[in-house]
Amino acid sequence: MNNKGAKGSDTLRRITGHHLFLPIVFLAVVLLANVIKTPDFFEVSYSNGILYGYVVDVVNRASELVILAIGMTFVTAASGGQDISVGAVMAVSAAVCCQILSGGEVSITAFQNPLLLAVAAALLVSMLCGAFNGLLVARLNIQPMVATLILFTAGRGIAQLITRGQITYIRVEEYKLYGSYIPGCPIPTPIFFAAGTVILVMLVLKFTALGLYVESVGINSSAARIVGLNATRIKFITYVICGLLAGLAGFVASSRIYSADANNIGLNLEMDAILAVALGGNLLSGGKFSLMGSVIGAYTIQALTTTLYAMMISSDQLPVYKAIVVILIVVLQSPVFQQKFRDLRAKLRQNTAASRKEGAAS
Amino acid sequence: MKKLLSVLLAMTMALSFAACSGSAANSSAAAPANSTAGKAAGGDSGDMTVVGFSQVGAESDWRTANTASMKETFTEANGYKLIFDDAQQKQENQITAIRNFIQQEVDYIVLAPVTETGWDTVLKEAKDAGIPVIIVDRMIDVSDDSLFTCWVGSDFRKEGDTAVKWMQDNLKDKKELHIVHLQGTIGSSAQIGRTEGLEAGVKANPGWKLVAQQTGEFTQAKGQEVMESLLKQNDKIDVVYCENDNMAFGAIDAIEAAGKKAGKGGDITVISFDSTKAGLEATLKGKINYNVECNPLHGPRVESIIKELKAGKTPQKLAYVDETAFDANTITQAVIDARAY
Repeated sequence: MNNKGAKGSDTLRRITGHHLFLPIVFLAVVLLANVIKTPDFFEVSYSNGILYGYVVDVVNRASELVILAIGMTFVTAASGGQDISVGAVMAVSAAVCCQILSGGEVSITAFQNPLLLAVAAALLVSMLCGAFNGLLVARLNIQPMVATLILFTAGRGIAQLITRGQITYIRVEEYKLYGSYIPGCPIPTPIFFAAGTVILVMLVLKFTALGLYVESVGINSSAARIVGLNATRIKFITYVICGLLAGLAGFVASSRIYSADANNIGLNLEMDAILAVALGGNLLSGGKFSLMGSVIGAYTIQALTTTLYAMMISSDQLPVYKAIVVILIVVLQSPVFQQKFRDLRAKLRQNTAASRKEGAAS
Repeated sequence: MKKLLSVLLAMTMALSFAACSGSAANSSAAAPANSTAGKAAGGDSGDMTVVGFSQVGAESDWRTANTASMKETFTEANGYKLIFDDAQQKQENQITAIRNFIQQEVDYIVLAPVTETGWDTVLKEAKDAGIPVIIVDRMIDVSDDSLFTCWVGSDFRKEGDTAVKWMQDNLKDKKELHIVHLQGTIGSSAQIGRTEGLEAGVKANPGWKLVAQQTGEFTQAKGQEVMESLLKQNDKIDVVYCENDNMAFGAIDAIEAAGKKAGKGGDITVISFDSTKAGLEATLKGKINYNVECNPLHGPRVESIIKELKAGKTPQKLAYVDETAFDANTITQAVIDARAY
């Protein structure tokens, strides 16, 4: 990404002008801030057949958020609004998956139904949730925030209903694999889910025109329709994708704790996902989007969380520190601030040039 | 394709709405439905005692056992009509439920509050209506203590002291004890009492060092994530003091992922609270060294208080339920089998 081929200020400008420049800088700053307080932050060791270290934690724990952020990016780009129901959809997906696996029991030690069936059903239900949101937004033209508020409110209730208000435990080693480690593999499994999703979506964007369609619809929905794009369908599809990815994230999150905790799975994660999209330099009003930006944004958020843990900040105070950092990042990225910054720099340059001239004259 | 899509969509919507209304019905619509039944029962027999019970939700096995204990005690066979309301973790639902109970003119209100504060107004309404209110489990913080008749629950401070006592007795051969403390949701009664117990223990024992204190919010996922981080900061951890079983599960997973052994004969001693069935199974397996019980079977105790009230007596303001603790060395399968929760 960093083009080191060219020379001088031209290269600098090209690097700083790149849309991923700021997101990467923020991630780097958050990570480097650790070195001051925790010198061994970047240390990764190999023990007991697994990779071990803070950085591994960041990448591992960010997996669900990365998956959610991808879906959120599509929805944001196409409809100029956000899907705030993803956290609740995660809970629904986890509930469906665990309930099918347990066959209605509260705690089991052997699958009652095939895992494949349970995961397929969970993903299908998540897609239906996405389709419901998509229908409201694309067909009925309801504002995304309002439309998805329905499932945001009802989702956890639905999940509770599915699990009959219990936390359903799946105490089966095979189920735990997806949230921990596959024997013989040193990398946590959730990382594969996140990486797989990113690669798959990247390939889809590269080999199909989906990305272009989504951007056109997001920039000007009626113009897109006039040139022959079915704007309604494209918006609808982005919501279905978002629902599907939320379902996948829910499955990973539930595998981590080998249970369906309807109250806590994905709690407040929708806000982190939206934040990831914003940190990635994407406009929340839709249009052009950068998937990599959102992914980097997601890792930045998790890096921040892990950093604060490493600094022994109590986790109930985390949101405050997160908010402070987010304010800084978002202000730095805002067009108004950047314009001011450019003006200031131009003024400084003029001043120095003027003073140099004066110095030469005297 | 389009037709198929629209049919699919219609189905989704119908399904979701059905689900929405279903969940809503669960908490609010159930109460009025029960109320007519309650009144009818009160009307024709007159000797049925109507008890309204507002429960926090069903977030844990413990809570489920608590609900079951109430439902088993206040049966029609025992001469009670129980109106049960599940508040799904929301105080506003509980306030609505209590107002419903008042309107339905129940004989007694039993409340398992989700938070400590914010109960003054609605309990004043209950008092004005002349309905005794019995608080179970968590304590409430009201300006006027006469707003509730009495409280039934666990002595969390005593639970903490029990755990500290065990640590003193069983870990005395270690000169220095590095303790990591996973706290519950900050501000909850269980967290306050159990934390006080440990902190007093650390003060009383010069060799004990509290190397880290961090909240895991009573959930397994948070417990795991926090423990994962704490293990990296501290090479030497002797004891992890988890304020409930769920966090202990998460902590054990994190300890094992770090290549250490948790529990009996391991590198890190695990102390836990609540003694749920799952927690006791882990204790039997030796993954949790010591598990202090938090007894959810409040039903019989509440019933005895109601009987006292009926007889015109004044029950004790604070009633603690009996609690025990389980050591991984002495626990047996029979104990677990006898447990309903």
